[in-house]
Amino acid sequence: MQIYLPIAEMSVNAFLLLGLGGIVGVLSGMFGVGGGFLMTPLLFFIGIPPAVAVGTEANQIVGSSFSGFLAHFKRKNVDIKMGLVLLIGGLCGATIGIQIFALLRELGQVDLLVKLSYVIFLGIIGGLMFLESLRAIIRSKANHVRVIRKKHGWIYALPFKVKFRKSGLYISVLPPLAVGFFVGILSAIMGVGGGFIMVPAMIYLLGMPTKVVVGTSLFQIIFVTAFTTIMHATTNFTVDMALAFLLLVGGVLGAQIGTRIGLKLKAEQLRILLSLLVIAVCLKIAGDLVLQPSDLFSVDKGLSH
Amino acid sequence: MIIIFFCFATRSIHAEELVAELSKDEVAITTNFNGSDIFIYGAVKRDSAIKPADKSDGPLEIVITVSGPLEKLQVRKKAKKTVIWMNSKTLEVDAAPSFYAVAATGNVADIISETEDLRHRISIKKAIRSVGNSGTVQDVDQFIDALIRIRQEQNLYHDLSNSVSLKDETLFATDVTLPANLVEGQYQIRIFLIRGRSIIDYFSTEVSINKVGIERFIYDLAHKSPLIYGLLSIFIAISAGWGASAAFRYVRL
Repeated sequence: MQIYLPIAEMSVNAFLLLGLGGIVGVLSGMFGVGGGFLMTPLLFFIGIPPAVAVGTEANQIVGSSFSGFLAHFKRKNVDIKMGLVLLIGGLCGATIGIQIFALLRELGQVDLLVKLSYVIFLGIIGGLMFLESLRAIIRSKANHVRVIRKKHGWIYALPFKVKFRKSGLYISVLPPLAVGFFVGILSAIMGVGGGFIMVPAMIYLLGMPTKVVVGTSLFQIIFVTAFTTIMHATTNFTVDMALAFLLLVGGVLGAQIGTRIGLKLKAEQLRILLSLLVIAVCLKIAGDLVLQPSDLFSVDKGLSH
Repeated sequence: MIIIFFCFATRSIHAEELVAELSKDEVAITTNFNGSDIFIYGAVKRDSAIKPADKSDGPLEIVITVSGPLEKLQVRKKAKKTVIWMNSKTLEVDAAPSFYAVAATGNVADIISETEDLRHRISIKKAIRSVGNSGTVQDVDQFIDALIRIRQEQNLYHDLSNSVSLKDETLFATDVTLPANLVEGQYQIRIFLIRGRSIIDYFSTEVSINKVGIERFIYDLAHKSPLIYGLLSIFIAISAGWGASAAFRYVRL
């Protein structure tokens, strides 16, 4: 069944979109990530204009992260105070990210910017996660006792300390503000929620307990992506409601299935699978940048100079 | 098919005149829009039978063009910078049709003179305007050719040589397929009557292609009240997210 997307101005098979949403939903349910980093490149691949893909994906993430947030909120696994601090940073970052996006779109380099960001961040996160989970697997086989994570001294030396009761932390607001800011920029440029960067940063950099990390990051993501959606809708007119809705329907169904699969796997196995997936996406995009493209030419429309 | 159009060309200095009609003068882009066909047909009107004087100029030929709204474009070319392939040169195209089809009784380049082609912008290449473009690009032709090739791959530009049927130098007809990835607007249809590589009569009309229903509503809202549109998008996303989690909780209980 073909459906004409009003903003992307193209006709796409509705079942293809539901299927894509479903597959990414399964993976995001399994691994507890938003899936934006998979969905946006897939949308490029089926021919959705990059600007529309990024704007629409932000809109979709609002819905999927809200669904996930509700589950965590009921179990009281959300540190609202920490979430608000991350959010303030995130909104500032997103504002700047949108400006960078618009500027590079004008220069015809938005494609390069988006792809480079993907290669760099997916490469770093995927690589680190792979090594970390490999070590964890080796450790559990050798039956060693887990080494206690050492606290980062310099983070505790910063001023403006605030008590985050839920996380059991008494730290400066500067590091969470910086993390939120950075993720906000990425959210606007890459069309992702940024959970795949924020979650490790919250655990390793801020030292938050793993239990509250996912719910708190989802809380922040809802608002940052909602803000990004509004910004893309008002400055670039690139949010396609119909596309977002179809992806969401497939996504939420897939996520429920994925969550069940995820429960059957061990944490280390899950993490190593996720890291391989992240690395695979990274290599694919890196290949596109380094190998000679099949067509050197491309056509952009609708920019005034 | 709704037949609405009826028009007579009025340039009667020549003995031969065009009478033409379209199968439809409106195309509605609905939610399940998947392209459309336009059937263009007509006849050559004469006061008397074909005179030998007419024939002496060569056989009668017909060229039909269908052009979508003009848009400003950038054609970019990638080049290797150290290890990465990135856009390096850009050609600004002032106006290129979003859709263009040129159908003819023969090969367009053979049946029409260069002068007529230039004046009426008939062939695909002439329909693309990129004047005053000397800035960063030297080989403009290469960029224009790339634009045509890319748009042909997207089914947006069509060279339909030898696709117009002409019977007894009087009745003609052709079919033009509009793809699903159409931009809305007024599409101009021109029919040229040609003898001896010169245009002896022409006829022009328009087909309006518009989004309707929900497509129209979404598009207008997104462009006329973007803030409300953005808020509505978020509201829908939140409701879908909440609905999904509520539905699954209900199923599990």
